[in-house]
Amino acid sequence: MASVATAAGGIGPKPKVGSISRDRKWALRWSYFFLVVFAIFFLTPPVYMLITSLKTSAEISAATNPWWVFNPTLENYAELLGSNQYITFFRNSALVSVIVVALTMLISVPAAFALSRMKFWGSATLASGVFLTYLVPETLLFLPLFKMMVTFTEWTGIELINHWYVLLLLYPTLTVPFCTWIMIGYFASIPKELDEAALIDGAGWLQTLLKIFIPVALPGLIAATIFAFTVSWAQFLYPLAFTTSADQLVLPVGIITSLIKGDVFNWGQIMTGALLGAAPPLIIYAFLMDYYIAGLTAGATKG
Amino acid sequence: MQRKSTIAFFMALPLIALIATLVLYPAGYAIHLATLNKSMERFVGLGNFFFLFKRETFWMVVQQSCIFAITAVIFKALIGFVVAHFVHNIPARGQRKWRGMLLVPWVIPPAMSCLAWLWLFDPSYSAFNWILALFGIEPVPWTGHTGWARFSVILVNIWIGAPFFMIMYLAALKSVPEQLYEAAAIDGASWWQRIWYVTLPMMRNIIAITALFSLIVTFANFDIVRVLTAGGPIDTTHIFGTWSFRVGIEGYDIPLGAAVSLFMVPILAVAAVFILRDITRRGNES
Amino acid sequence: MANVELHKVVKTYDNTPAVRGVDLHIDDKEFIVLVGPSGCGKSTTLRMIAGLEEITDGEIMIGGDVVNDVPPKDRDIAMVFQNYALYPHMTVFENMSFGLRLKRFPKAEIKRRVDEAARILDITDLLERKPKQLSGGQRQRVAMGRAIVRDPKVFLFDEPLSNLDAKLRVQMRTEIKKVHQKVRTTTVYVTHDQVEAMTLADRVVVMNNGLIEQVGEPNDLYHAPATKFVAGFIGSPAMNFVPCRLEKAGGGGLSVRLTDKIAFTVPAERTRRYEPFVGRGRLTFGLRPEHVTDARGALEKDQQKLDVTLTVTEPMGMETLVYFAIDGTELCGRVSPNAGARDGGPMTLAAHLGDMHLIDEDTGKVV
Repeated sequence: MASVATAAGGIGPKPKVGSISRDRKWALRWSYFFLVVFAIFFLTPPVYMLITSLKTSAEISAATNPWWVFNPTLENYAELLGSNQYITFFRNSALVSVIVVALTMLISVPAAFALSRMKFWGSATLASGVFLTYLVPETLLFLPLFKMMVTFTEWTGIELINHWYVLLLLYPTLTVPFCTWIMIGYFASIPKELDEAALIDGAGWLQTLLKIFIPVALPGLIAATIFAFTVSWAQFLYPLAFTTSADQLVLPVGIITSLIKGDVFNWGQIMTGALLGAAPPLIIYAFLMDYYIAGLTAGATKG
Repeated sequence: MQRKSTIAFFMALPLIALIATLVLYPAGYAIHLATLNKSMERFVGLGNFFFLFKRETFWMVVQQSCIFAITAVIFKALIGFVVAHFVHNIPARGQRKWRGMLLVPWVIPPAMSCLAWLWLFDPSYSAFNWILALFGIEPVPWTGHTGWARFSVILVNIWIGAPFFMIMYLAALKSVPEQLYEAAAIDGASWWQRIWYVTLPMMRNIIAITALFSLIVTFANFDIVRVLTAGGPIDTTHIFGTWSFRVGIEGYDIPLGAAVSLFMVPILAVAAVFILRDITRRGNES
Repeated sequence: MANVELHKVVKTYDNTPAVRGVDLHIDDKEFIVLVGPSGCGKSTTLRMIAGLEEITDGEIMIGGDVVNDVPPKDRDIAMVFQNYALYPHMTVFENMSFGLRLKRFPKAEIKRRVDEAARILDITDLLERKPKQLSGGQRQRVAMGRAIVRDPKVFLFDEPLSNLDAKLRVQMRTEIKKVHQKVRTTTVYVTHDQVEAMTLADRVVVMNNGLIEQVGEPNDLYHAPATKFVAGFIGSPAMNFVPCRLEKAGGGGLSVRLTDKIAFTVPAERTRRYEPFVGRGRLTFGLRPEHVTDARGALEKDQQKLDVTLTVTEPMGMETLVYFAIDGTELCGRVSPNAGARDGGPMTLAAHLGDMHLIDEDTGKVV
C-alpha cells in the first residue's frame, strides 16, 4: 500500500522545500508503473490470442517460446473465413444481434418515454420493476423458458428450440430492461420545459418523441444500442441450451462446440475464431468508447 | 388526461408483455417446475429439494458458489479501486488512453476470452507454466486440480470484472469536487486521511451499488466456469448456474435443475432489495 | 391580439391549493407582470393560461373564448421559459420555425417571418448556429424570436431573465420592453424580481399565497400599497415596519407612538382617516428608507427629527444606507454620502411623515 501512499501524492506531514513537486513526480512514476503492470495483466489474454492465431499447428505443438511467433502465417484466418460453417455462425450471430437491437429499441424507447413523461396507473412501480427484472439472471430463467418453448411447440406445432430465431425471443429479456432503464434516465434528464415548448409549438406526443426526445437523447440511444448489441453478441448460455444443430449456432457456442472435437483442440483456429468473434464488440468499443462507457456507468449514476 | 395515460399505457405495453411472459412467468414457473418429478408428470412437493439436501455435490456447489462470488467481488472491488486511483492520478490527457486499454477484458465476450485463458491454462502447453519453468518452478495444474481450478475460475472472473469496477470508481472519483481535497489538505489531512474521510464517503454509494450488482452477476455466472472447467475436476468448481445446466439440460432433469437454480433467489433478492432501496432513495432526493 | 380574462381561477394539487381564486382582466396590447415570492401561485397562473396546467375551477378566456379545455397549441399563445427551452439539436432557424413547420406553413412564409423576427431581435447572424454556441443573452433572444414568429394572441414569459447575470438582465429587460413596443402583443410576464415588474409593466399584479394582493400601475403600487404585503414586497430596501399606537395629541391632532420616547405627529390631512384607529392595538407604522433621511438645516413640513445610534452603515456611492434599531426593530434610512454617518456613531435623522403608512395588522390592509 506504500505505493498508493505516494501515488495519492500531495503534502506530507512535514513538507520540506521543493518536496511537493518531488512527491508529485514520484507519485506519477509509481502510478505509471502500476498501470503498466495492470495493463499487462488485463491485455495478456487478448494478445496471446493474437499470437496463437498467427501460428501454424506445428509451431503450437513445438516446445518453442509460446510468447513469440517464429513463422507468422494467416493460414488460420484464411481457413476459418473460407469455411462455410464459421461464416454461418457469424451470420447467425449478426442476424440475431441486429434484430434483437431493433426489437429492443422498438420496445424500450416508447416505454421509457411513457414511463418518464406520462403518468399512468402503476407507472412508478413499473419503472423500478424494470430495473429489478434486469437483475434476474439468465441462469435462473433458462430452464423454465426451455420447458415453456417445448410446451409451446406441443400446442402450436411451431418449432422454436434448435432454431436460431428462438434467440430473438430470449435475448430481449436481457436487453430490454436495462435499455429501458437507461433511456428513462436520459429522458428524465431532458428539462420538462422542452416538451412544454414542443406542446405549445403544436407537437403531438409522437412528434415530441420523434423530433425532440430521440434527437436530444441520441447519446443515450447510442449507448443503449451498443449495450444491446454487445449483450446479444456475447450471450452464451441461451444458445448453448436452446440450439444444437451446427447450422443454427451463433458464434460463441459455434466455436466451442465445433472447433473443440472431443479432446482434439485446434488452438490456432480456436484463437482465431475467438479473436474474430471478439472483433465486432472491440471495434464498436474502439470507435464509440465514450458512448460505451456512458452506457456502462448509466445504471448506477443515473436515475 | 385520461387519453394521455391510455396512450402511455399502450406505449409501455410491449415492455409489460415481455416482462410478464418472459421474465415474471418463467420465474414463477421455475417454482412450479421444481416440484415435479423428472418426467414432469407427477407432483413431488419438496422432494427435489430433499433429494438435493442429501447430496454432497449440492453442498459443495453451495460452498463453491459463495467462495467464488465473495472472493471474486472483493478482489474486483479492490483492484478496481486501486487502478481507478492510478488512472485518476495521471495527467488528464493520458487518462482516456489508459482507461480504454484497461477496459478491454470487459468488452471481449466472456466465452471468447475464457477460451484464451483455457489455452493459457492448457495442461501440456500452458504459456504460464513455460514462464514458471524459466524460474525452475514446477508446472501448475491450472484447471486439473481442485484447489488450482477454483483459483483459476476466480482469477478469470476478477480479470473480466475488475475493469468494470475501475470504470465505475473512476466516474465516482471524477465526481468528487476538487475543493474538498483542497479543503482537506488545508485542514492537514494526510493522503490516507483524505481517502478515508473524503474519497470513500463520497464514493460510498457507488462502491456499494457496484459491489451488490457485481455480487448478483458473479453469483449467477455461467460462462466462465462452463468454458474453463465445465464444473470439473469432479464437480468441484460447479456453481449454481453451471450445475443447474448440467442437471437440467445435459441430465434431462429440468425440475431438479430448476430446484438448483432457485437456491440463487435468496441472495439475489437480498442484494436486489438493497440496490432498489438505494435507487428509490436517490430518486426521492432528485 | 386579444384580451385575457381570468374568472375565479383555482388550482389545487392533491388538495394543496396553489391558486385560490384569481380574478384578472388583461386588456388587449397590455403588458401585465405577475410578481410575488416563490410559491405564490404566479407561475401556476401563467401555466394555466398557457394550458400546461389543468384548471381546477373557474374560467380562463382568451380573446373572448373560454379556453379551459383547449390544448396549448390551439390557444394561439407563445411562451418564453426560464431556461429558454431551446431544442438543443436544432439550429436557431429551426428552433424558431419549429412551430410553423408543424403547422405546415409555406416555406416562403416561414422564412419571411423568421427573418422579420430575427431582424427585430438583431439575431440575423445567428440563424445557422446551435443553441450550445450562443451566449445567455443570445439564447434569450432566440427564445423570444420563437415566440414572435408565431404571431400569437398572447405572449407568456415565465421568469425569462432569472438565468442571466445582473448586467445582462438589465439590458434584456430594456430589450423586452422595446420588442413589446414594436409588436404590441398582449403579454403576461412572471417574475419574482420587483424591479423587473416595476420597469416592464403597464400594470403589476402582486400575488401572495395563491391570491392577488393588488393590481395597479407601478407607481400606484409603490406609493399607495393596499396591503402590508405589497408595501413590504415592493421597494428595495424594503419598507420599515414598527409596531405602534395611535394617540390623541393636543389641538385635535393625532400622534403615532413607536416607543415610550418616540412619537410622531400625524400630518393634519390624515387625521380624519386615522381617527377610528385611536387606541386600537395591533397597528404598524410603515415608512420607506428613502423617507428617513439626514436632517440637514431646517425641517420641512411634516418632517420630524429622530436621534438614533447607527449599527451599520453601507455606502452605496450616491447614497449611504444606515441601519439603526428602535426597541429592537431594525430600521433603515438613506442618507447623503457626506452626512458623516459611521458605524456605531450617533446621527440625527428626519422622518418624512407625509409619506407614512399605517397598517391594521388584523386585516393586513394599509389604512
